[in-house]
Amino acid sequence: MSSTFVGMPTLPSQRGHGNLHAEEPFPQAATRELGNTQLRANLRHATHTIRDKRLNVVGELPDWEDLRQAGSDTKDAVMADLPAKLEEFEANFTARGGVVHWARDAEEANRIVTDLVRETGSEEVVKVKSMATQEIGLNEHLEEQGIAAFETDLAELIVQLGDDKPSHILVPAIHKNRTEVRDIFLQEMPEVDPALTDNPAELAMAARAHLRKKFLGAKVAISGANFALADTGTLGVVESEGNGRMCLTLPETLITVMGIEKVLPTAQDLEVFMQLLPRSSTGERMNPYTSLWTGVTEGDGPQNVHIVLLDNGRTNALADKYGRTALNCIRCSACMNVCPVYERTGGHAYGSTYPGPIGAILSPLMTGIEAEDNGSLPYASSLCGACYDACPVKINIPDILVHLRGEDVKAQHEASRVPTEMDVLMKGAEIALSSGKVLNLMEKALPLGRLVAGRDKKIKKLPGKLAGAWTSSRDIPAPPAQSFRDWWKKEGRA
Amino acid sequence: MSAREEIMSRIRTALSDAPAVPEVQRTYRRTSEMSREQLIEQLVDRLVDYKANVDVVPAADAAATIAARLSAATSYVVPAGLDEAWLAEVPAGTRRVVDSAEQPASVADLDAIDAVVTASAVSVSESGTIILDGSATQGRRAISLVPDQHVCVVPASTIVQLLPEALPRMDVTRPQTWISGPSATSDIELERVEGVHGPRILDVVILEDA
Repeated sequence: MSSTFVGMPTLPSQRGHGNLHAEEPFPQAATRELGNTQLRANLRHATHTIRDKRLNVVGELPDWEDLRQAGSDTKDAVMADLPAKLEEFEANFTARGGVVHWARDAEEANRIVTDLVRETGSEEVVKVKSMATQEIGLNEHLEEQGIAAFETDLAELIVQLGDDKPSHILVPAIHKNRTEVRDIFLQEMPEVDPALTDNPAELAMAARAHLRKKFLGAKVAISGANFALADTGTLGVVESEGNGRMCLTLPETLITVMGIEKVLPTAQDLEVFMQLLPRSSTGERMNPYTSLWTGVTEGDGPQNVHIVLLDNGRTNALADKYGRTALNCIRCSACMNVCPVYERTGGHAYGSTYPGPIGAILSPLMTGIEAEDNGSLPYASSLCGACYDACPVKINIPDILVHLRGEDVKAQHEASRVPTEMDVLMKGAEIALSSGKVLNLMEKALPLGRLVAGRDKKIKKLPGKLAGAWTSSRDIPAPPAQSFRDWWKKEGRA
Repeated sequence: MSAREEIMSRIRTALSDAPAVPEVQRTYRRTSEMSREQLIEQLVDRLVDYKANVDVVPAADAAATIAARLSAATSYVVPAGLDEAWLAEVPAGTRRVVDSAEQPASVADLDAIDAVVTASAVSVSESGTIILDGSATQGRRAISLVPDQHVCVVPASTIVQLLPEALPRMDVTRPQTWISGPSATSDIELERVEGVHGPRILDVVILEDA
């Protein structure tokens, strides 16, 4: 296969499909979620716990900002040179006995994985927590094809058993408290002791017992990857429980699904990212287990090793020069944990596999701003900037949110020729502020505003939908008797 | 057009504005000055925080320490290249299985074994991380995963303070396992509890003069 494309037509990026969409406008979903007081209490407890832990372990490192800068620059460098990095990774992974597959979108990735599982003759697979497979809806697809997929991460297991949806990228069951988890286990694990308490250590033991046989007998595992190292062809998975090690070590076949943006240039880059990631995600100095594998190692681990490199809208995000740094995300979830909006609405309100501040930019960047209700996601923010401060690779999320709000307005214009009330107001402002002369003329009308305001010097109600909505919860103070320009003319030059 | 060609083509189109490739400045700490005693002290502090059991002993006491840690086990597995002297004081009645790529124990065998004893390649004191690289003294990944107790020997000369100091000592193309404490989870209310699928007991034996 040639790696150069001399004379080939260049293809435009393609939008992502799968679980990347808000299914209803964010304000509507958020309003419903906010009504769940148990959810709000669970989220508040969990996000505050993790915030303190993260601050402690980040504060320990005197060079945290240097690490962040190196992480950010490394990812920028990868994105700018992505074709070469992917080719290098592919060559090294292949040379070590791994097989590389490419998937344009969710559907193609699901098909490739299904075919690979079929080839093994197995009708079930064990899974390591993976955002990419969540994004493409792999479990549902496998189920339709008669292949049972067992999630092995504790939180994923809770979500799967509870027939629920993940609400956080690191701790998908963050919206459930210990009592709710116990109730799910009692209902869904036939072998569990009915006297099971809600002590997290006991719940973890129940999960261990439930999955032990599955691990020891599994023939096929499916994983994601936190990193792919271009210069060696190495893949890495970062985890806590050992379910990852079980899946990556014991089965005969290992299939990894990974977004094309996950590649890092060199093995040395691990020294940056393996300091940034654990401290930002679980607030630990290091996660309990990290596994690295390079293709096939004879006599150790799976001998049939595959990777599916997934686009599914990543090139669409890459094409947006103001938004492409969203692809630098290493899925740590620090932005979610510090976000005042996420803390209150939870992850389900965002609809997409990627919730929180990063999801509010990543989802519309991958699908296009006009896809379903994704245009509402960039507004799911107070623009306070806490996410930017927490991001270990310095993604300027607030800037991209503002950029995408602009894209949303533009898209709505293109969809409808009829100018909105906002358009009329903005056009008016554009005319008023275009020159001093015009502004002077308009300011002659100030006394009119005082008249409307009346004796208590407040304008309490404006006409129109937009201005009316503004004044439904606010008073506008009466305008001054004269404009600053008039005052300056009379007094300022003295 | 193949999926590969099409994705590559989309990427090139997306990058048609030719974004700058920044130079990565590695201004973070890459060397440290800690003494061997300080390195041991920091590593112990981190491992204890992770709820691992730690012994710091002279190399001459390795065999006695390992035997004491294995006192509750009725069987244990070791990689073929492990230093035989370390096992000299384990009671003869404790069943020993020697594992290698050529003669691997089955998963079912490993599941019936109580403990595993391995060496380690490099340790990072600042994060409390012990790195196994699958070489003959550490064995296949499965042996340090399936048994419920892992006794891991760390010679003090293999401890560095910083991760950037550890990487040049490693070959990342070997199957690696980085271990920072026994298996754990924070999945319920983000509170950490130890002991899930990986070994629930991690015993670290640091040899202070080796």
